[in-house]
Amino acid sequence: MLKYELVVVGGGPAGLSAAVEAYEQGVRKILILERDKELGGILNQCIHNGFGLHRFKEELTGPEYSRRYIDMLDETTIEILKETMVLEISETKVVRAISAERGYMEIEAEAIVFSMGCRERTRGAIQLQGDRPSGVFTAGTAQRFINMEGYMPGKRVVILGSGDIGLIMARRMTLEGAKVEAVCELMPYSNGLTRNIVQCLEDYDIPLMLSHTVVKVHGKSRVEGVTIAKVDENLRPIPETFQRIDCDTVLLSVGLIPENEITQNAGIMVDTRTNGPKVGELRQTEMPGVFACGNVVHVHDLVDFVSEEGALSGLGVAKYLKGELETASNFTTANGDGIGYVVPQTVTMSNVDDQVTFYMRVRSVYDRHIVRAYQGDTLVAEKKERKFLPAEMVNFKIKKDVLANLGDGEIRFVVEEV
Amino acid sequence: MLDVCIIGGGVIGTAISRELSRYQLQVRLVEKNEDVGTETTKANSGIVHGGYDAKHGSLKGFFSAKGNAMYPQLEEELHFGYRQTGSFVVAFNETQEIELDRLLENGTKNGARGLSIISGDEAREMEPHLSKSITKALLCATAGVTSPYELAVALAENAVKNGVEFSFHTEVNGVEKTDDHFVLHTNQGPIEAKIVINAAGLYADRVSAMIGEDNFTITPRQGQYVLLDKDQSFMTDTVIFQAPENGSKGVLVTPTVHHNILVGPNSDYIDEKGDVATTSEVISRIMEAGRKSIDAINTRKVIRSFAGNRATSSKHDFSIGETAVKGFVNVAGIESPGLTSAPAIAVHVADILKEMGVEMVADPNFDPTRKAYQRIAGMSGSELKNLIAEDPAYGRVICRCETISEGEIVDAIHRGLPITSVDAVKRRTRAGMGRCQGGFCAPRVMEIISRETGLSMEEIEKQGKGSYLLTKRTKDALERGGQDA
Amino acid sequence: MTKEMTCIVCPIGCQLTLEPQGDTFAVSGNKCPRGQKYAIEEMTAPKRVVTSTVAVDQGMYPVISVKTEAPVPKELIFEVMKDISKVMMPAPVVIGDVVIENVQGTGINVVATRNA
Repeated sequence: MLKYELVVVGGGPAGLSAAVEAYEQGVRKILILERDKELGGILNQCIHNGFGLHRFKEELTGPEYSRRYIDMLDETTIEILKETMVLEISETKVVRAISAERGYMEIEAEAIVFSMGCRERTRGAIQLQGDRPSGVFTAGTAQRFINMEGYMPGKRVVILGSGDIGLIMARRMTLEGAKVEAVCELMPYSNGLTRNIVQCLEDYDIPLMLSHTVVKVHGKSRVEGVTIAKVDENLRPIPETFQRIDCDTVLLSVGLIPENEITQNAGIMVDTRTNGPKVGELRQTEMPGVFACGNVVHVHDLVDFVSEEGALSGLGVAKYLKGELETASNFTTANGDGIGYVVPQTVTMSNVDDQVTFYMRVRSVYDRHIVRAYQGDTLVAEKKERKFLPAEMVNFKIKKDVLANLGDGEIRFVVEEV
Repeated sequence: MLDVCIIGGGVIGTAISRELSRYQLQVRLVEKNEDVGTETTKANSGIVHGGYDAKHGSLKGFFSAKGNAMYPQLEEELHFGYRQTGSFVVAFNETQEIELDRLLENGTKNGARGLSIISGDEAREMEPHLSKSITKALLCATAGVTSPYELAVALAENAVKNGVEFSFHTEVNGVEKTDDHFVLHTNQGPIEAKIVINAAGLYADRVSAMIGEDNFTITPRQGQYVLLDKDQSFMTDTVIFQAPENGSKGVLVTPTVHHNILVGPNSDYIDEKGDVATTSEVISRIMEAGRKSIDAINTRKVIRSFAGNRATSSKHDFSIGETAVKGFVNVAGIESPGLTSAPAIAVHVADILKEMGVEMVADPNFDPTRKAYQRIAGMSGSELKNLIAEDPAYGRVICRCETISEGEIVDAIHRGLPITSVDAVKRRTRAGMGRCQGGFCAPRVMEIISRETGLSMEEIEKQGKGSYLLTKRTKDALERGGQDA
Repeated sequence: MTKEMTCIVCPIGCQLTLEPQGDTFAVSGNKCPRGQKYAIEEMTAPKRVVTSTVAVDQGMYPVISVKTEAPVPKELIFEVMKDISKVMMPAPVVIGDVVIENVQGTGINVVATRNA
């Protein structure tokens, strides 16, 4: 049987960063298993720029960002198996995988990093009713057709969802000659970055219809149009506002879900708030020696933070392999008023260097608010921003010496008025 | 000149084609869509009924009891997917309990096997997630689930193997009777046949009217469904019907043969035969009704909703037999339990042909078997090792959600029926059936279809005529004829 | 003529109002000085980096990604796209390889952003 100190499941930005960091920390026998024919994951189809401002202090496109890590990898002895699909991971950390080239493999791993990323929510998941013609794509699938395969999926487009992928695709399809009729957003605010609203929609006079949704798809063979409607405060379509827009294509940018089938099959529970495994400060899961990072833990909006999380897990793996990873945790985190989730879910102080970054998402748009951390009634720390948006992950750093003053227990994060 | 031309490639047409392929007859099946099983057959409950429900004395009752008994052997021969799960008809009150007694009596008359009435607690012992408010249940041990479209494909592939021709994209627009044969006028030119079998499903009334037999009509009766994620399979592995009340049959909650959970259908007459749109109003009604049987039904676990139309005849029973026009056989009004009845109906149609004086000589080369797919999902390590060594394509996973390999997709494309659509591959291999609904694998499936069939990416459809997926290459330089994808 | 725009310098997204004032504009609505700079640039000479793909001969995929090395005038975006559409790059291509030199006379190159 093949034996490795570390097996990384998924060679996207999270996995690459985890492998590179583990190597830096002295782990030598590392294997990355990637299901696609190249490393980089979804970055390969994200050809727009804006990646890497935090990590590399410059603006890169997706493929350029992943190349930086692949170049780092080339300087190491980390092994890579591409076009290799992990089928299952046993409780004894044996990885079962297959590839055309190598056939069936069983790989014994001392440590494992899960970095499988996420997938898009579909028409079925959002219960979009009406006819079932061709021409309804998730934005990511359309992006792959255009940016990787060189094909256009349609000519007249309505996009549902104003997350960044939806906005980016509105511009991308426009540049390639399609007409984007509208971007509909169910919420009263966009889930995309302002910059993308300006440069992807306003630059091309594409209407952003807030508090609107697609209620019905029309067309027997190919999409012929959609019925859209304004929604009330309970997000229910208002019948009087129904209007038809003719189009041949509907793109859905309606959310991402961490891909945790392998995680769950390994017996690791998934947190219903994040749809990912519960993790500690070094991204250790409840299963000893198994770590998780990136979009498999929670959906990030910036790849820079995916890399950051990957590096944390790489560090964790190194500590684990040296027998230095403490398991008993001091703190659990809780999402209080206005906060959707907090990662990590546990903190073990002896594993912490000098600070802990808590990632969290607010539930709606907050102006003139502040995020505070409490233990019981005691204020632990606070995080100021001009504005909190659900689309932008909050990065809340708390120094180790601040945490050291607390007794073991729960740390609760809440949004409060200033 | 054909001996027999079958109109319609649903489960009935394909079952008849396979049955007739046992004989030395020249048979062709014509289908207006791109594949078999694309209308009513692809969107129904997938239940192999116990045969207790349809009224004793009706053709439905007769054929469903008979058909049910034929499934185990059919599955052994054709490997389309069938499991005997058993079914419950559940009652929530005394009125419904009386219905259970009536069904038991009716079923016994029909010759249905494995029927008994059990208490609510006994039912919950077998299926712990059943609602506490269920008071009694009619258990039918012989009921099961199947994959109707995979059955139609399997029947068709086996028919092809035994010499039946299939013509797709072939729509019959008129039927002309000459002295000793028929001329079918189709969009692909005329077809001559001595005998015509009308298995046109929703359109059987129109086809029948082409020879003047217009004594019945087919009204589409819609059924919408919701399909839940496989991780919900804990809910039940038994088909759960609700006892009828106030003329309503309730909705069913059933495992599919592939271990998803299916909830539905409604039953509403609609105007247009081809209207398979779903509506949020009906979908929420179905979910609500389903929760009466199993309250754990979770909207967040929906991976797909869909609708199909039943071919409901004005005669309210199957119409099977030679019409007043000699040589023209109607197999019409085949609605539920039509899927269950299909194998028995096919044998009956062969018998009708014999009675009509058709010379039916058994074909000594008839092979009743179709080889099973080598599905990598769930294979052991040594099985995977051997299979991938033999054909590396089985080591390339294309559909991640359902773990479907390139080997399975290539196999599906080369089984004798032409493959031109992503959905045809999906129905055969399940690539794209999982929770991501083809988001990842559709582009890859298209590349494989293109490579294996020579169709261009733009020619590959989702589900038949006009359902193109891609419009053009992005770059002029590619259009001018660069390297192919 | 008064002009409204959304500032994109930071996540706040201030609604800016611009009033013509001689050769330049008076900016209001900005909460910081970066907003003023952004607004005036947007009004006088808006520029964008264009990212797209070009056809590749004999690559792993039929297209590879490209970008303009620096922002190009906004009004030239579609002209740049037309030029990009005509190119067929022979593989191998390395990140940074020039795909189009001095595109549309801007002095800016279109370069590959991935290997092929």
